[in-house]
Amino acid sequence: MRMQTPSPYEQTLGEHLRSQGISRRGFLKFCGLLASSMALAPAMIPKIAAALEQAKRPSVIWLSFQECTGCTESLTRSHSPSIEGLIFDAISLDYHHTLQAASGDAAEHAREEAMKAHYGKYVLVVDGSIPLDNPGYSTIAGISNLDMLKEAAAGAAAIIAVGTCSAYGGLPKADPNPTGAVSVSDIIKDKPIINVPGCPPIPVVITGVIAHFLTFGLPELDSLGRPKAFYGQNIHDRCYRRPFYDRGLFAETFDDEGAKAGWCLYKLGCKGPVTYNACATTKWNDGTSFPIESGHGCIGCSEPNFWDFGGFYKALSIPTGSSGQNVVYAAAAGIAAGVAIGAINKKSKTEAASSHQTVTVEELNQESGS
Amino acid sequence: MSTLTLERGINAFKAQIDAPMASFFSSCVSCGMCAEACLFYTENPEPRFTPIYKLEPLRRVWEQEYTLIGKLKAKLGLSKPVTDAELAEWQELVYNNCSLCGRCTLICPVGNDITYMIRKMREGMVASGHAPEGLIGASTRAVQIGSPMGVKLPALQAQVRHLEKSSGLEVPFDKEGAEYLLMLSSMEIMNYPEYLGAVAKILTNAGKTWTLSSECFEATNSGIQIGSSDIARELVSRVVAAAEKLKVKTVISPECGHAYTALRWDGPNLIGRPYTFAAKHIVEVLDELRAEGLLQTEGFEESKLTFHDPCQLVRRGGVVEQPRNLLNMVAKNFVEMADHGTLNWCCGAGGGVSANEDAEEVKMKAFQRKKKQLDELHVDTLVTACANCRIQLEEGMEVNQMDIPVLGLTEMIAEHLVERKGGAA
Amino acid sequence: MNEVEFLQWVKGPAFSIALFIFVAGLVLRLFEILSLGRKVNYAVPKGDPMQGGLREIFRRFGTDKATFQRSMLTIVAGYVFHIGLFVVIFLLAAHVEVFKSVFGFGWPHLSTPVVDAFAVITMLALVVLLIHRLQHPVKRFLSSPGDYVAWVVTFVPLLTGYMAYHHLLLSPQMMLGLHILSVEVLLIVFPFTKLMHTFTVFLSRWYNGASMGLRGVKS
Repeated sequence: MRMQTPSPYEQTLGEHLRSQGISRRGFLKFCGLLASSMALAPAMIPKIAAALEQAKRPSVIWLSFQECTGCTESLTRSHSPSIEGLIFDAISLDYHHTLQAASGDAAEHAREEAMKAHYGKYVLVVDGSIPLDNPGYSTIAGISNLDMLKEAAAGAAAIIAVGTCSAYGGLPKADPNPTGAVSVSDIIKDKPIINVPGCPPIPVVITGVIAHFLTFGLPELDSLGRPKAFYGQNIHDRCYRRPFYDRGLFAETFDDEGAKAGWCLYKLGCKGPVTYNACATTKWNDGTSFPIESGHGCIGCSEPNFWDFGGFYKALSIPTGSSGQNVVYAAAAGIAAGVAIGAINKKSKTEAASSHQTVTVEELNQESGS
Repeated sequence: MSTLTLERGINAFKAQIDAPMASFFSSCVSCGMCAEACLFYTENPEPRFTPIYKLEPLRRVWEQEYTLIGKLKAKLGLSKPVTDAELAEWQELVYNNCSLCGRCTLICPVGNDITYMIRKMREGMVASGHAPEGLIGASTRAVQIGSPMGVKLPALQAQVRHLEKSSGLEVPFDKEGAEYLLMLSSMEIMNYPEYLGAVAKILTNAGKTWTLSSECFEATNSGIQIGSSDIARELVSRVVAAAEKLKVKTVISPECGHAYTALRWDGPNLIGRPYTFAAKHIVEVLDELRAEGLLQTEGFEESKLTFHDPCQLVRRGGVVEQPRNLLNMVAKNFVEMADHGTLNWCCGAGGGVSANEDAEEVKMKAFQRKKKQLDELHVDTLVTACANCRIQLEEGMEVNQMDIPVLGLTEMIAEHLVERKGGAA
Repeated sequence: MNEVEFLQWVKGPAFSIALFIFVAGLVLRLFEILSLGRKVNYAVPKGDPMQGGLREIFRRFGTDKATFQRSMLTIVAGYVFHIGLFVVIFLLAAHVEVFKSVFGFGWPHLSTPVVDAFAVITMLALVVLLIHRLQHPVKRFLSSPGDYVAWVVTFVPLLTGYMAYHHLLLSPQMMLGLHILSVEVLLIVFPFTKLMHTFTVFLSRWYNGASMGLRGVKS
C-alpha cells in the first residue's frame, strides 16, 4: 500500500502492475506465455519476471504515416487480455493517433513533451510508409512524415517498424509507387531498427518484440532486420499441409475436392516457401487459424515487395512478366533476324557457286607435279 | 604456278554446304558413337579417325560463314579461319581413312549423314590441291583414256572376241534399241573377266537383248572417288550419251559398288536432269529375271558360305534382299555374318581407298574387321557382288593367311544356270 | 540488393530477357539452317523420302545389338539422363504451372517425390557422362569448350532445383533465385550451342532418312 501514487514514469513495472491489481500469479503467467512465444526455456521465466519487475515503464511514441491502421487494429484485438493488455500496462504509450484521448494541438504537444522529457530513452514505434515524392502526400499537423520521422528518430533509443509498410514500404510502395513511398530503414541509418513486418503482423509478435526489448534489449535480427525469434522460420517448413506438398497433392481451384481435402495451396499462389513469419505456429486470433488453414494461400505479407511478387493467385514458380506476349515478340524478332541472315546466307552461297572454276585433271596434275 | 588454291577450296566448301549439312553440324553432340561404327577407327583406334572429326575444317567454314554466332566468334578471334596446312593435314583423314561406306551415317543417333558430308568435303580438298596422288592418276586416266586403270577399247574387244569364241555366245557392240546397255568396271575386265561371260550367258538365256558400247564401257567414276563433281560429271556424261545414243531402256551397272552410286544416284544430279533410261545394278536385274521366272538354276553349292554386303550396293543403294534371293537359289548352307545386310562392315577399300597408295597400310588394318567377322563364322567360301571388294578381300586373305576363296555372285549364278527352252544361243 | 529483390528480379525482367533471347535465337537458328536449301534430286526414287524421313526420326531412338555393346555406357547413361531430364522439366507440378503461364495450357504432373528421385538419377547420369567424356579417348578428343559449357548449364539447374526444394545450403529465396537464374542462363546459351540438337535432331534425322527412303534402304 502506497501513501502517494508515484509519477507514471518513476514506477517500476512491478509496482505499476500491482497498482493495477494484477496478481503475482497473473504476472508470472504472462512471463510464461512470453517465454514460450519466443521459444525460450522455462528456466528463463524467473529471469523475465525479475527483469520486468524492475523495469521502468518506458515512454513509447507511436507515429502513424501512410498506413491503414491495420497494425493497430491487429494489436488491439484483445482476445487474451493477459498479453496485449499487460503490454499496454508495461509501457507508457504517450502518442498514438487511434488510441490516445487527446487530439489536435494537445496531442502534438503531448508528443513534443514526451520527446523532450525522455530524449535518448524513448522507444519510437512507426507504422505506415513515408512518401518522398511530395511531402504533402501525408502530413500530420502540417508536418511531413519525413520531417516528423527524422525529428523523432533523433531522440529515440530504438525504433520498431511495425507492419510491412514501415518495414519495407508495403502497399503504398507497390508498383507504380505513386507517392514515392519508402521504409523507415531507407531514411534512418543511425539508430537500431527492429522490423516487425506483416500485413498486419500477428498481435503477439508485436507485443512479444516490445516485451523482449524491455526485458533483454534488442533481439537477434535476420538479414532483413526481423527478430529471428518470430521470423526465423519459413511458413513452408512449419505448414501443416506440407505433407501434401511433398506428395505432390495440390488443390487446383478454391472449391475442388483437393481444396476440400485440405491439400497444398501451391498452385493457388501460396508463397509459403519464401515467407518468414510465425503464422504457421503461433497463428491468429489466439491460435485459432491462419490463412492457409482457412484455405487461402499465404500472400507473403511479411516479405518486402510482396504486392509485386507475381500475383497472390499465381504459383510461386510462375514468372512475373507476360510470357505469352513475350514469346510472340521474340518469334517475330527471330523471324526478322532469320530472314535477314537467311538472305545473306543465300547470297554468300550463290556467290560461292558462281565463282566456282571447273576443276580439270590438267590442273590436278599441275598441282601434284606429275 | 598452281591454279588450285586454298581460296578455291574454301569456296567449294561454301558452295557445297546446304541445309542438311547445317542441321547435321548443329545436331552433333560429340558422343563419339560414329567412331565405334567406323572400321578405320575400330581397327586402328586413334581418336583422329573419328568420322565427324574428319569434317572439322568444313564445320568451321560452315560456322564462320553461315551462322551469326560463328561470324561473331570469327570477328572476336575466337574462331580461326581454315588454313592450307590444315587441309593438307586432313587429306589423310578424308581420303586414306574413309571409304564412304556409310556405316557412321547409319549409326549416328542424331541422324547425321557423315558420308554425305565427307563426299562434299572432298570437293574442297580437290579444288585446293589436297587430293591423293593415286586418285589424281586414276581420274586422269579415266578422263583421258576412258578407264582409271588405263584399259583401252582394243583390250576389251580382244577379250570379247576370246569370249565369243570359247562360249559361242554373241557379245554385241553398239546394238541400237537393245533393252540393256551393259557397263563394265576396269577391275572386272582386268581381274575377273569371267564376269562378262556370266552376264552374257544369263541375259542371252533369258531371251533379253543387250549390248556393249564402243564409245563408253567404263562404269566406275573416279570423279566421285576423288570428290570432284566436275570430273564426275564429265565421266558420267559419257555413259549417259552412250545410253541415249543407243536408245536402251536400262543401263546395267556391273559388280561394283561406287559405279552404282555414281550412275544410279549421283548421275542425274550431275547432269542436272533425269535420265531417259533406267539404271540398275546387275544384281537387281538378275533378281528381276528370277522373279519373272527367266532365271532357273540347278544344283547347290557344297560349301558353307556367307555374303559380304558391298556398302554402296546394300547400305547406300537399297539392294539388300536381292543378293540373298539369288544366293538362296544356289546355296543350302548360307549363313549370315552377325552384322549383315545394311549393318555389315566395309571391306575397307571403297571410296577411292584402293586407288590410293598412301592408304596401303591402313587399308589392311581395316580388313581386320572383316577378318574378325569371318573368324566368328568358320565359312568355306565368301561371296560378294563387287569387284573392288573382291580384290581387297583376296589381298586381305593373303596377308592374313586365310584360306577362304572369294567368289562373285553373278558368276556363281551363271554356273548353276539351267538352259531355257527358247533362250537364244 | 537483398535476397527478396534478387528473387523478384530473376522472376521478372531477367526471365523476360532470357525467354526472348531463347525464342528469337531458336527461330533465327532454324532460318540459318533452312536458308541454305537443298538441291532437288533428279534420281528416280526407289522408295518414299517422306516415309523414310519419318521413319528415321523414330528408328534412331533405338540401336542394333552390336552398336549397343560397343557404346553401352554412352547409350544407357544418355537415355537415363534424357528421360530423367524430361520428367524433371515437364512433369513437376511447379514447372507445369510455368508452362501453363507461357503456353496457356498445362498437363498432368507426377508426384513430387517421384520427380525428386528422377532428379537425383539424372544428376548421377550426368556426372557419369562427364567422367566418361573426360576419360574416353574419342570423347575427350572431340570435346570442345562448348561441350563442357553445355554440361554445366544443364547440370546447375538440376542441382539448384534439388537444393531449393530441399531447402539446402542457402535460404529458400536465394536457392530458388539461383535455380531460376541458372535456367535463364541455360535459355540464353541454348540456341548457340549443341543444345540445339533438341530441335535440330528432327531435321537431321529427317534429311538422313529422306536420303535412305529415296534409295529404298530399309535396315
